[in-house]
Amino acid sequence: MLCQECRKRPATVHVTRITNDQRTEVNLCEVCARELGEAELLAEPKFSLQSLLAGLLASESARADRRASPLDPCPRCGMTYQDFTQSGRLGCGDCYRQFETRLDPLLRRVHGATSHTGKRPARGARPSPLEELAELRKTLEGCVRREEFERAAEIRDRIRELEHSREGG
Amino acid sequence: MGSVSAQRTSKWIEGAGPYSDLVISCRVRLARNVRDLPFPHLMSKEQAGELLGRLKQALSNRGARSPDHRMTLYRLRELSPLDRQVLVEKHLISPQHARNVEKGAVLLRGDEAVSVLVNEEDHLRIQCLYPALQLDEAWRLGGNVDDLLERHLDYAFRPDRGYLTACPTNVGTGLRASVMLHLPALVITNQAGRLNSSIVKLGFMVRGIFGEGTEALGNIFQFSNQITLGRSEAEIIDNLRTVTEQIVEQERSARETLLKETRGYLEDKVWRAYGILTNARLLSSAEAIQLLSEVRLGRDLGFLPGLTAAGLTELLVATRPGFLQKLADHQLSATERDLHRARLVREKLRAASGLPQGG
Repeated sequence: MLCQECRKRPATVHVTRITNDQRTEVNLCEVCARELGEAELLAEPKFSLQSLLAGLLASESARADRRASPLDPCPRCGMTYQDFTQSGRLGCGDCYRQFETRLDPLLRRVHGATSHTGKRPARGARPSPLEELAELRKTLEGCVRREEFERAAEIRDRIRELEHSREGG
Repeated sequence: MGSVSAQRTSKWIEGAGPYSDLVISCRVRLARNVRDLPFPHLMSKEQAGELLGRLKQALSNRGARSPDHRMTLYRLRELSPLDRQVLVEKHLISPQHARNVEKGAVLLRGDEAVSVLVNEEDHLRIQCLYPALQLDEAWRLGGNVDDLLERHLDYAFRPDRGYLTACPTNVGTGLRASVMLHLPALVITNQAGRLNSSIVKLGFMVRGIFGEGTEALGNIFQFSNQITLGRSEAEIIDNLRTVTEQIVEQERSARETLLKETRGYLEDKVWRAYGILTNARLLSSAEAIQLLSEVRLGRDLGFLPGLTAAGLTELLVATRPGFLQKLADHQLSATERDLHRARLVREKLRAASGLPQGG
C-alpha cells in the first residue's frame, strides 16, 4: 500500500480515528505522518479541558439526578442541563441563572470560588449600589483574612462612600 | 478581504524584553460574550453575521480608529486554508478556530500584538501577544481593547459571576494569562516532570508549544492560570509572573550545574545540532524544532556568538509547514517542505555566523 499523502513511499503508519461513531482510516508513510502529525493530528486534542470537564459533569449529574428532579431547559436558548453535561458548554448567559444550583458546586470545584472579584464593564451591567455593597463587604472579609490591610482600607473607604451616597440620595 | 502577509512577522516574534532568552512570549486572553445572542456553538449563521455587523460598527468609531487600535477584520472563509494555517503558526488564532470557516472571523492589529477571535468558543476572545515576560503590558493593552469594544457592545456580565463564558472554566475574569518558556536544562536534568506536577498543584496548566493536547516539542512549555473566578486580573497576572520568575531561576541554575559538570557533553550537543542545521539538505519539522532548541541553548551559554534569541524564534515560526509554503508562494509536498526548511535554516544560520553560503 502506498502512502495516501505523497503516493511514493510505502504506507507504514496506519491511523484509525473514530469521531461521532464515524470510522476513518489514514495510511501514511513515516515522513508524511511526521509532517501531518504537527499540523493535523495535533489539531485534534486528545484530552481537551472541555472533554475532561464533560466527564466530570456526567458523573456529577448522574449523582444529582438520583437526588433531584431534572431542571427545566434555559428559557432563552433552550439548552438543557443534559446538553451541557455532554458538551461542556452552556448555551447563553442566562444558562448560568437557570442551572445555578448545579453550577455552583462545579464552580467551587474548578475555581475554589463562586463569586467574581475583578474587572467590570464600565457601561451597562453596572451593579446596583446594593449589589456592589454586598460584593465589597465580601471582598473586604477576604482581604482581612489574607491580611491585605492596604487593600482592605481602600475597600472600606469605598463602602463608606457608597453608604453615604445612599443615605444622602 | 485579501490575504495575510507571511513576510510580516508578529510583534512577539521580533521583539525583546525581560528574560527574553528563556521566555519566548507571553499572552493575555480575555473571553467576552454579548448579552442577547446565544454562545457561538448555538448561533445561527444570521446571528453570527449580526455580531460581525455590530463589531464593524464598534470598529468604525473614533476611539477604535486611532492608530494605536486600528484593526482589520478578516472573515475566515475569505482567507485561504494556507493563510489560516499561517495564522495558527503565528499563534494568532487557535487550530480549532482555523476550521471555523462558516462563522469565524479575526480582528488583527497591524503589528499583530492584538488579535480578536470572533465566534470561537466565545463571541470574542481578545488576545495580546508580547515577546518575553511582559504580562503587565499585555494585560494593559488587552484591557484597553476590551474597554473600547465594550463601549459599543453590551456584554453578558453579572456582578457576582463576572463575565459569562460558554465554558464555566473561563467564567469570572475570562482571563487566561500564559507564558511560553524554553527549558532545555530542566529537561536534560530530568527535572521538567517534577516541575510540571508541582506547577499543576499550584493551579496552573502546562501544555506544549501548540496548545491543548500537544507535547513539549523543542523543550518549549506553556504555563497558564487555571482559575478565572474569585481572583482579580492583577492577582492572576501577578501569580503567573512570580511563578515564571521562579522557573527561570531553576532553569538558570540547572544550566550552571550542567556547565560546571558536563561542559564537554553540552558543547558537543550544541555543536552537533549546529553542524546539522548548517549543513543538512532535508530537515523535518520535528527535527528542526529539537535542534533549534539545542542551538538556542548554546547561544544562551555563549558558545555561538553571532546568533540572537529573536532570530532563532523567527526560525521556529518560519519553518512551520504553512509558513514555508507561504514563503515559497506555492504548495509544497512533504519532501519539498523538508528541502525548503533545510535551505532556510542553513542560510539564516550561516549568514548570522558569517559562514560562506555554499558549504
